[in-house]
Amino acid sequence: MHVPDGFIDAPVSAAAGVAAAGAVAVSLRGSRRELGGDDDRLAPLAGLVAAFVFAVQMLNFPVAAGTSGHLLGGALAAILVGPYTGVLCIAVVLLMQGVLFADGGLTALGVNITVMGVVTVVVAYGLFRGLVRVLPRTRRSVTAASFAAALVSVPASAAAFTLLYAIGGVTEVPVGSVLTAMVGVHVLIGIGEALITMATVGAVLAVRPDLVYGARDLAVPLKLRVGGELIDAARARPASGAAGAAGDAPAVAGPGIRPGSAADGADAPVGTAHGTGAAAASAAPAARPRARTRTFWLSGLVASLVLAGVVSFYASGDPDGLEKVASDKGFDASAEEHAAADSPLADYGVKDVDDARLSGGLAGVIGVGATVAAGTGIFWAVRRRRSAAAGPADVRVPEAR
Amino acid sequence: MGAGHTHKLYRHGHSPVHRLPAHCKLVAVFCFVLVVVSTPREAVWAFGVYAALLAAVAAAASIPPGFLLRRLLIEIPFVAFALLMPFVVPGEQTRFLGVALSVPGLWGAWNILAKGTLGVAASVVLASTTELRELLLGLQRLRLPSTLVQIASFMVRYGDVIAGELRRMSIARRSRGFEARGVRHWGVLAKTAGALFIRSYERGERVHLAMVSRGYTGTMPLTDDTAVSRAQWAGAAALPLTALAVCLLGWTTL
Repeated sequence: MHVPDGFIDAPVSAAAGVAAAGAVAVSLRGSRRELGGDDDRLAPLAGLVAAFVFAVQMLNFPVAAGTSGHLLGGALAAILVGPYTGVLCIAVVLLMQGVLFADGGLTALGVNITVMGVVTVVVAYGLFRGLVRVLPRTRRSVTAASFAAALVSVPASAAAFTLLYAIGGVTEVPVGSVLTAMVGVHVLIGIGEALITMATVGAVLAVRPDLVYGARDLAVPLKLRVGGELIDAARARPASGAAGAAGDAPAVAGPGIRPGSAADGADAPVGTAHGTGAAAASAAPAARPRARTRTFWLSGLVASLVLAGVVSFYASGDPDGLEKVASDKGFDASAEEHAAADSPLADYGVKDVDDARLSGGLAGVIGVGATVAAGTGIFWAVRRRRSAAAGPADVRVPEAR
Repeated sequence: MGAGHTHKLYRHGHSPVHRLPAHCKLVAVFCFVLVVVSTPREAVWAFGVYAALLAAVAAAASIPPGFLLRRLLIEIPFVAFALLMPFVVPGEQTRFLGVALSVPGLWGAWNILAKGTLGVAASVVLASTTELRELLLGLQRLRLPSTLVQIASFMVRYGDVIAGELRRMSIARRSRGFEARGVRHWGVLAKTAGALFIRSYERGERVHLAMVSRGYTGTMPLTDDTAVSRAQWAGAAALPLTALAVCLLGWTTL
């Protein structure tokens, strides 16, 4: 279901392209953390996972006499390798499909990535995490959660497409009937997707539970049986370390441990990889709050830009509630024109841009940009003053960077 | 793995279109599609001119018409959507062969068919005249983040390997008498997908270790940095500029 060129009009395609680029940029940062924290792990692992998504879409699942379907893979990728890497892999697959196989238009690439990559992965992973947190911590609840996540993600993606079509569709199709048709068909597709995703996640969980990113909470600490009783491997470790370094690596790499530590154990003979892994692990806690703030900041910015630029197309046609009440009750005659009524952004529209929707969206984007710039400036100034006031007492901070 | 690392759309050749640098072609195709999309749908003749332009480029690249037309089949799902439009869109009605069709719906269907088909055809011309490696280098020269280009290149490099693995698993299943006939057999196929994921991920870890042991630090050295001559840019710009002129004519004659 790749959207071709000319299906969605140019401003909405451009806005979706900006949103998709932002999402990919955020994912590039986030997936580095998901895949083990090193710079050099990202490209090979994400590339191979993208190749897997590409290949698994070729696996045909027969439905009934003669018809068959295939996996879309968004929910599966999010659960197996994490949401950021999932978005990244789907985006790369869509890019290559567009450029190499002419599947999906080049100008509609942003729409395709937003609808099939970002919306699918975010909905699927959000629902999955929520369910896993609520349900008891067992393997069965992980597979059940992946079923629900995949089931909901496909109609959600169809609904997102319908929303984009309602805003920027080139033909006025009644939105209600398109939504009903799209969501109806995609609920059926979603059931198939959910069954396959559940079975696939279950199959991976049974063999390599450490590879399922969504189930990493299930990992139980390794226990060693020492003298007939079970002891935590972590507590037993100093003793074994004293006994000899050779026994150390096998003790770490037990079944059901986080991917990072299992991989480190396996890598131990290689030396370099082990060293960098350990270094990254010790550096990670210091870097994490910074990275998280930045991710939060970026995603907030992208979300508000999308809301301002895209949704305002849709919303700003009608006067807002207060304006409407004001004109109904007749008390707007007394309201004076705002001093900035002559400014280029007056009444949420850009002057000299005639198209009401485009102008409203543009004004929204400019407004968000200005607000963010002003807010950041104030925040920055305040923080500088505070840190200057704190003075020498705070010497520890620069050191931590 | 010993086969040539080309994709199935690529057609080897030595035409002027083949010789253009990949990033010039990417920019040209993108601008052409952009122009096509922003053409008013009422200017029917403009789309005819676009099609003629593309046909001329395809002829210059010696792409057989049959090949081009076969690749257009990829947009069939949206053709179905477009064909539904005259029946579901409300508005002024017209009668054709005794069937009531809505006029805005017909315009909408024409719009999607014309623009979608031209977009796919332009992408097919690009893909069949540009080698895979060239395309990726072109994307990198267009300032796509290098990590993204690396991921894409790993994907296309190992796509065939992973697909081959999938094919071998399918042969193994069939040689043991398994035939997937319905929903009841999904469990087996899902186990295949799970095994494929584990093998892909582990292959990724091995590839990573192999690369680290050869000095890889997360960035690829850029070996060729060829300058593009002005004539090449002009050659690539011919298509979108002509299309832009047609588009402007289409707007003014409306």
